[in-house]
Amino acid sequence: MIVVEKDYILQGTCLYVRLPEELDHESGEQVKRQTDRVMSENHVQSMIFDFQRTMFMDSSGIGMIMSRYRSLGMRKGCVAVMGANERIRKILCLSGMHKIVAMNEV
Amino acid sequence: MTVMGNANEMMIEFDGRPSNEGFARVAVAAFCTQLNPTLEEVADIKTALSEAITNAIIHGYEGEVHKIRLKCRIENRCLYVQVCDKGKGIEDIEKAMEPLFTTKPELDRSGMGFAFMEAFMDEVRVESAPGEGTTVHMKKAIGR
Repeated sequence: MIVVEKDYILQGTCLYVRLPEELDHESGEQVKRQTDRVMSENHVQSMIFDFQRTMFMDSSGIGMIMSRYRSLGMRKGCVAVMGANERIRKILCLSGMHKIVAMNEV
Repeated sequence: MTVMGNANEMMIEFDGRPSNEGFARVAVAAFCTQLNPTLEEVADIKTALSEAITNAIIHGYEGEVHKIRLKCRIENRCLYVQVCDKGKGIEDIEKAMEPLFTTKPELDRSGMGFAFMEAFMDEVRVESAPGEGTTVHMKKAIGR
């Protein structure tokens, strides 16, 4: 297990990302930049997004997850979500993300 | 807008920077507490507002920093929100409001902005003309 930096942990080829309290336009861009950097320096095959402390998300968060899914090759199960509260789950479902992102397995 | 009876209004203007989105969300959430909304209603309003402001920053001003004006009005247990920019405007409003449509896929936009506004508010109306900016009007009844 390698702690790449705070909130980004690499285990084998799986990158665990602890998301911020609010996942919006600004913080979504930050997560995108950080994960891009980890991916450029390591072999990453899947990502787990931990929503445990996230209380707010808008469509910028959806865009961020979609783009990570694309850059990981759009393979089934390459992106997983954990710790999402009811509100976050509602937003993920509203945008169809539950069809491409593993939401219960983690 | 004229204030009558039990109506209450506020207006703020701020730079269209991503770092101001959280500020605007908190401002509207604080303003609407006088309606005694549920947490769910507050979350709906914050999400819809966030979408409108992100649109103004990314599409209206295309990353340049200009002012965004936010007006809120409470009347008869309804919250009215206006988000106004003086940016490039929208050519085809109907198209822009289609779910998954985005003019900026390269920026990893989901195309869900207007769909979220419509999902979380009772009414969404967009006024826009190319070169003249965009105003998004939203309405939500609280406690119904």
